[in-house]
Amino acid sequence: MKDVSRHHAYRASDAGADSNALDCRVRKRLGDFDLDISLAVPASGVTAVFGQSGSGKTSLLRLIAGLDRPDAGHVRLGERSLTDVANNIRVPIHKRQLGVVFQEARLFPHYRVRGNLIYGMPSAARPRFDDLVALLGIGHLLERLPGTLSGGEARRVAIGRALLTQPRMLLMDEPLTGLDGERKQELLRYLVRLTREIDIPVIYVSHDTAEIVAIADHLALVEQGRLIAHGQLDELMMRLDLTDRLGGFDATTRLNATVVDHDNRYSLTRVALGDGQTLRIPAVDQPKGASIRLHIGVRDVALAHTMPRGTSYRNGLETTIETIEPSPQEPSANEVRLIFGRQRLRARLTRQACDEMQLVVGKSVIALIRSVAFDSRF
Amino acid sequence: MFLEAIALSETEWQAITLSLKIAGSAVGWILLPGIAVAWLLARYEFRGKALLDGLLHLPLVLPPVVVGYLLLLSLGRNGWLGQWLYQGFGFSLPFTWQGAAIAGGVMAFPLLVRAVRLSLEAVDPKLEAAAGTLGANRWRVLLTITLPLATPGLLTGTVLAFARALSEFGATITFASNIPGETRTLPLALYTLIQTPGKEAAAARLCVLSIVIAMLSLMASEWLARRARRRLEERDR
Repeated sequence: MKDVSRHHAYRASDAGADSNALDCRVRKRLGDFDLDISLAVPASGVTAVFGQSGSGKTSLLRLIAGLDRPDAGHVRLGERSLTDVANNIRVPIHKRQLGVVFQEARLFPHYRVRGNLIYGMPSAARPRFDDLVALLGIGHLLERLPGTLSGGEARRVAIGRALLTQPRMLLMDEPLTGLDGERKQELLRYLVRLTREIDIPVIYVSHDTAEIVAIADHLALVEQGRLIAHGQLDELMMRLDLTDRLGGFDATTRLNATVVDHDNRYSLTRVALGDGQTLRIPAVDQPKGASIRLHIGVRDVALAHTMPRGTSYRNGLETTIETIEPSPQEPSANEVRLIFGRQRLRARLTRQACDEMQLVVGKSVIALIRSVAFDSRF
Repeated sequence: MFLEAIALSETEWQAITLSLKIAGSAVGWILLPGIAVAWLLARYEFRGKALLDGLLHLPLVLPPVVVGYLLLLSLGRNGWLGQWLYQGFGFSLPFTWQGAAIAGGVMAFPLLVRAVRLSLEAVDPKLEAAAGTLGANRWRVLLTITLPLATPGLLTGTVLAFARALSEFGATITFASNIPGETRTLPLALYTLIQTPGKEAAAARLCVLSIVIAMLSLMASEWLARRARRRLEERDR
């Protein structure tokens, strides 16, 4: 699916990739605390701004979009200053070339869906229209008025409308808020697919770990108006001190894999992990060679000295123990970090099991993963 | 014949067409300034806003004769503005239908501004911000989002102002006098007939005509506003 739908049409119109990196350093008084954040957003991929409600993440997005004015600091997109308090620069919202998707869809009720989509569309974006409409699955809605759309449909239209302005960056403020479970999953699937297709950086504000893990490449963790962690999400997910923020009890590991082949008889897909080892997971609708992301809960990994016989485990990965540390949340558990090839995997075991197996750093172990534990819905 | 009995006489026609012309021009000249002032009041905070608001509402609470007299003082041939108009352009407003239109417009202005302001305030600023992020500058936002969404209120305000100008009496007779064919609108014609002994029947006819015209304009506004609202009310569920 990825290969057939890779459209060159979604590339940023004028700018090379590097010129869309965002550099912001902003300060603003917010009620009872100061927002004070320096953040560098890479020129590609999805950067999640993650934090509890009231942490200042939406305020940060509004400062970047130009909807609010910082007390001090600057916002730069590539070489261009969007805001610079010291030099009295403040590019108005409509000249920032940023696509913004708000929590509510904010569709114009007096325009049809088509009218909403083309509201900010330059003629140069005309060729993108059909592809984007197809990608978002809103082709059958074009002649409808926004009032007749469901919540998920309206959000998709809002996303398409923002992208058709050919923005240099897409800002999304909790676009799944207020949708019920099923609609939420559906829109999240659209978003994941979309963010793989588009070539511009995305800032995705959310307080939901599952969303972030599904969609983000980079993470900026915000608390009380401060940035408390920032970097590759895969690396941050390995950090024990962040476990209670990034999933806690349901913490996961992400693995990058490539589809090898499909076993139609059992509806399984074999994927390769880069170091030559393979896994069997429930069938995914991706062609051979497609790269996918796997999500494995830290509680779904068991360890063994050798590959056991006569068990239901279908997957055994040869790994080396990198660290063993007591779980910060759970007194009975240890968090074990395993390394194989260039990827890492986390496992949560009881301390008792660790002691009885005499697990120590540097030891080779087999990581056992049940095939049904993989979450590859995204 | 019945038809002959209800057919309008020439003077009645004259009063009606004149009234429509004067009320129409009154609304015509206050429409844009009215929207501009309403927008200013709805969207901005500035010094003297309360004063401006108060001044705007004066015609609603002042006796119309006072307004007419003030118009005469300022726009009369010896008034500060009228003198300039007359000497500069040879243009004189008192005792002309244009003067009647000015009087009607001034009296209708507060009603227009109130209705438009309320409807502008009801437009969600979030939609305007969204339009901004889509690259629309302030003018485009106003023309494509704010005003269309305020259309029901705009229509209501326009019709209210039209009806007010149509029924204007005190300021008109004070400022523009009661000249047949020039400034004798329906209310003035009616007043003249009431003053004339033996014209009770003719007065009653004009009275009915006034009611019919007022009803028609209200119905037209209701129909237009409903049509406009039907689209707008299909908002996000």
